[in-house]
Amino acid sequence: MDLRVTDLAVARGGIPLLEGVSFTLNAGEALVLRGPNGCGKTTLLRAIAGLQPALQGQITCPPDQIAYAAHADGIKATLTVAENLQFWAAIHGHRGIDAALQSLNLADLADRPAQTLSAGQKRRLGLARLLVTKRWLWVLDEPTVSLDTASVTLFAEVIRTHLATGGAALIATHIDLGLSEAARLDLTPYKAQMPADLGFDDLGFDGAFL
Amino acid sequence: MSALLIRDLRLAFRAGGGFGLGLGFFLILAVLVPLGVGPDQSTLGLIAPGILWVGALLACLLSLDRLFALDFEDGSLDLLATSPIPMEGVVAIKALAHWLTTCLPLALAAPLLGVLLNLPITAYAALLLSLLIGTPALSMIGAFGAALTVGLKRGGLLLSLLVLPLYVPTLVFGAQSVTRAAQGLDITTPLALLAGITAGSLALLPFAAAFALRINLR
Amino acid sequence: MASLWEYANPVKFMKVSGFLLPLTAVLATASIGIGLVWGFFFTPDDFRQGSTVKIIFLHVPSAFLAINAWAMMLVTSLIWLIRRHHVSALAAKAAGPIGATMTLIALMTGAIWGQPMWGTWWVWDPRLTSFLILFLFYIGYIALWSAIEDPDTAADLTSVLCLVGSVFAVLSRYAAIFWNQGLHQGASLSVAPGERMDWAYKGPLYLCMTGFVLLFLALVLAGTRTEIRARRMQALTARERAQERGAG
Repeated sequence: MDLRVTDLAVARGGIPLLEGVSFTLNAGEALVLRGPNGCGKTTLLRAIAGLQPALQGQITCPPDQIAYAAHADGIKATLTVAENLQFWAAIHGHRGIDAALQSLNLADLADRPAQTLSAGQKRRLGLARLLVTKRWLWVLDEPTVSLDTASVTLFAEVIRTHLATGGAALIATHIDLGLSEAARLDLTPYKAQMPADLGFDDLGFDGAFL
Repeated sequence: MSALLIRDLRLAFRAGGGFGLGLGFFLILAVLVPLGVGPDQSTLGLIAPGILWVGALLACLLSLDRLFALDFEDGSLDLLATSPIPMEGVVAIKALAHWLTTCLPLALAAPLLGVLLNLPITAYAALLLSLLIGTPALSMIGAFGAALTVGLKRGGLLLSLLVLPLYVPTLVFGAQSVTRAAQGLDITTPLALLAGITAGSLALLPFAAAFALRINLR
Repeated sequence: MASLWEYANPVKFMKVSGFLLPLTAVLATASIGIGLVWGFFFTPDDFRQGSTVKIIFLHVPSAFLAINAWAMMLVTSLIWLIRRHHVSALAAKAAGPIGATMTLIALMTGAIWGQPMWGTWWVWDPRLTSFLILFLFYIGYIALWSAIEDPDTAADLTSVLCLVGSVFAVLSRYAAIFWNQGLHQGASLSVAPGERMDWAYKGPLYLCMTGFVLLFLALVLAGTRTEIRARRMQALTARERAQERGAG
């Protein structure tokens, strides 16, 4: 199992952000994407997760193998922690959430309504969702927002376990997760070049109007 | 799929889920109309079928803007889009949840409100039947409208503007069933046409709504 | 091989439409002008309806276009969804308000005609009701276009609405017939046998119809050109911003 991205170009709001992005991610590997704000990390991850079309290029990945996690965790405030997690497990055709609760240190909170959780606890619940999907590739957009140092270490451990069991992770983050084994990819060189002349008609989007 | 239905029902019944709001609106409407029209029993009996159908339709409209908007805001919709459930299934299930929590109570309460409006005795069965047959179309058409407007900041008003014209055929055949029953006429034709609209909506609109949702997510 | 789709390129469309627009505009003005003068002043009064019937020269063409503008939107929406030609989507956008205006003209001239004929400005006749509902569909369509910022998203969503709306508009038409058998006369150009419309009327009527179709074309061309220019401006500012960001 691997994720293969070839010559990928992505755009947001009709403006190309990144182009020529290529990489391969094998089982047991993690890749950390770096780059300044607004360089297109989120857009790239959404394209890989299949949420938005790519401008160009190919993404090959076994179908239904991506677990995506972004800024919004999809947590329902009036449901308890366990209910939230059980729902996502059921959606992916699984049962059993105890292991996930344990690994993110949520077992004590299982019966609390999600609205009483702190921001960091909510984030941990959002990350626990990744475990119950039992999917191979985790696509993570800034997973450590609002986590304290201890939780970051805990989460790094969770990722390590996931990699050790044949999983893979694609992570966009600004802070150091302490995953020394992870490969790094700086997106700055892939910034889409805006042609000075009127030559990007072929892309078939707003360029056609220039 | 059943997990999604159970979650949506649970959310509706918990605090802040908004269950019962539509029913309350329906009741208020049935009280306000006689106050506006006057207490004449025969006039009320004459307009009762239309009032009840229009009332049910508006009450059904009330909760539509939350149908996808909440899931859109908290990211659930993104996650559902990457889940094994097809988007069409998500739409259908959410429309079903809307029908169970909003329209079904309306249909069951309508005969009681019919008493308030002096609905002729022959029309009660037709009222219940036509609402049961017709309201699934209202939920499904509404889900389509909600999918179109899900990304918009103030989508609620626009949603009504888009959905209400689409409700016209359902309203006409639904209200006609009740009116004809009140006059002692045969109601097979309007009921059959109503069922046809519901069947067609349920068969085709999930695809249109899922298409709109995917566009709004990208 | 030249294909029709070449005109879907905005630059090419601008060139061709720049030539066609004044042509259609002049022809439209001429045929409507001549048609109306001929119709109003050089036709005999109807033996039953008197001179009020002459509003037909405005009423029928606008009603004809009210429906066909929607049909055109349906076709251009489909072209956008299937082949993703921007011009097609923008033409649909431009046709929306024009179709709505035609519907409104048809409704208003109908009311003015109906008052002396039926003694009332408005009746809930199926044909009138259908047009009123059609007007509501137009309003929704226009509102959706103006509510969405991203132009491609707006084009996609309005296209779906147009498709679904078309089905429901047809259903509404039949629902309205079921709901009330009306007193509106049959479609004017295909009236019941024995009550054929005289050629004295048909001549100016056909001329007015042609004029209205040309007027519609001219307005859609003008509207599409405006939309293309607006998109071009958006694309230029977006590129400028991107370049500034690249430099900075």
